[in-house]
Amino acid sequence: MLHEVRAQPSIGPLRRREVLFAGALCIFGVALPRAALARPSLEDAIRSFTGGAAIQAGRVRLAIPPLVENGNTVGVTVAVDSPMTGADHVTRIGLFNEKNPQAEVAVFRLWPRAGRAQVSTRIRLATSQAVAAVVEMSDGSFWSSDASVIVTLAACIEDLS
Amino acid sequence: MAFVLALVLALPCAGEAAAADRRSGSDFMAPETRAMQADDMSNPAMLWVADGEQSWHRPEGAAGRACATCHGDATRSMRGVAARYPAFAEATGRPVDLSGRINLCRRTHQPAPPFASESRELLALTAYVAYQSRGMPIAPPQDPRLDPFRANGGALYERRIGQLDLSCAACHDARWGQQLGGSVIPQAHPTAYPLYRLEWQSVGSLQRRLRNCMVGVRAEPYAFGAPELVDLELFLMGRAGGMALETPGVRP
Amino acid sequence: MSRALVSVPTTARRGEVIEIRAMAAHLMETGHRTDATGTTIPRNIIHRFVCTYDGDEIFSAVLFPAIAANPFLAFTTTATTSGVIAFSWFGDDGSVQQATAEITVT
Ligand code: HEC
Ligand code: HEC
Repeated sequence: MLHEVRAQPSIGPLRRREVLFAGALCIFGVALPRAALARPSLEDAIRSFTGGAAIQAGRVRLAIPPLVENGNTVGVTVAVDSPMTGADHVTRIGLFNEKNPQAEVAVFRLWPRAGRAQVSTRIRLATSQAVAAVVEMSDGSFWSSDASVIVTLAACIEDLS
Repeated sequence: MAFVLALVLALPCAGEAAAADRRSGSDFMAPETRAMQADDMSNPAMLWVADGEQSWHRPEGAAGRACATCHGDATRSMRGVAARYPAFAEATGRPVDLSGRINLCRRTHQPAPPFASESRELLALTAYVAYQSRGMPIAPPQDPRLDPFRANGGALYERRIGQLDLSCAACHDARWGQQLGGSVIPQAHPTAYPLYRLEWQSVGSLQRRLRNCMVGVRAEPYAFGAPELVDLELFLMGRAGGMALETPGVRP
Repeated sequence: MSRALVSVPTTARRGEVIEIRAMAAHLMETGHRTDATGTTIPRNIIHRFVCTYDGDEIFSAVLFPAIAANPFLAFTTTATTSGVIAFSWFGDDGSVQQATAEITVT
């Protein structure tokens, strides 16, 4: 996915120079994803995760770097304020993105014996966009947090050899 | 094109880094990427090192010999080896890089068909062997037979190439530390190969990295295994002499 | 070929919350890329990961193509008894990669 999908970083004065350099240096990697236009929205994907239930802000911390060197491997940690007891624990964590060809990233299933409600993984971001974590609690409530990430262009990318 | 070139050349020049100011490519990376390299359980290249360890012990070829049959415990026999490659190979009368040396053993000592360039097997074994030298200073051999090849590597490094008409030195000596696209131009010290490049989503060799730079300036890259790439590596390793090996590295 | 690396503390105190990390070698081919001839490269990812502790599921994940190549997961569990922590990665092609680690709980 990511060889043909490159970000257009929007970091002010740098942008013009970056685009010029990137255009000069990278023969490959300019086409936009075909599927990106037709995919269900971030909101649709989240709605199917929650079954339409209301989502509250808070309790969820989504740690992701605001600016990444390469969208192929972006570290993400989701931590939830939860005692993780039988009576009150996280049951599912859904991770979603705004602009990849598909909105879902992962769904994690947790049990009280996790002890702590914290999960880390590495994700792909085709371009600068928002990422959202939505958490389901054992009482059926949903909580969420989101963040936006700027994905910069890599120089001298693959020669497809 | 002319505009871009003018822009490139208009950037102020940093000048070749003095020996004391030499910096590994990892110094220019984001903290997250550095952390990924620093911790073996989060460094994806360790998957290749683990593969290489298995291959080391696997009997292969007509004689059914493993690398371990002759070389024993790699943590001892291979310690420091990667730090002094490329080295002169009697068999070919020219320098050979570590992967080439491993393939010579495949062909002559196991014997078995050599692994293809950039094959997972060859990268894994090379990463495993080089990993035994992690933390050791790069120690280019003082073998005078290497001198003409190292000199040729130096000349290639200075030669302007490609449609952008840029030499390696124009970026890596004159403009290191500056931003190019989303990347910072590093000093081109080959301290961490084979390494996991996020862009590749895989482990790759120094040759693959050099070819990427050549494609970047729109030059026709040398083929994998070409003597020019080994000469360039010989030159770069000499230039990085004394710096610590980091294999297996992670780069953006 | 070794296709996975897992990290579990070898010893822990009963009731201690321990961190578990797991990484598997996999391209995670998204199904959204095309090859040089313009043909779509079929999707081939690890779509499910399960971790068990003495046979009980303690963590699982459904993964989509937006998970990076060589998928990495870190999560926690409470050390309960000495036993085996087992990991399974399920591929689109029907393959299952497995790994285990032993933990001694005092
Ligand atoms: C237009 C500028 C430019 C030119 C010319 C160029 N490179 Fe590079 N090179 C880069 C950039 C930028 C990177 C880092 C890319 C990244 O991290 O994504 C790099 C990376 C490298 C690295 C990797 C260093 C590490 O830490 O792993 C080596 C080695 C290297 N180049 C060698 C060369 C050689 C040899 C040449 C000449 C054949 C060359 N480069 C030409 C810009 C250039
Ligand atoms: C039959 C014994 C034998 C086997 C099997 C063998 N080697 Fe070697 N290897 C040698 C000998 C002998 C040398 C010294 C150079 C020479 O004479 O070719 C050597 C040299 C090397 C060197 C360079 C060491 C240095 O100090 O410069 C490396 C690296 C190496 N072997 C790796 C391997 C790997 C990896 C394998 C398995 C794929 C392997 N060898 C299999 C006998 C063997």
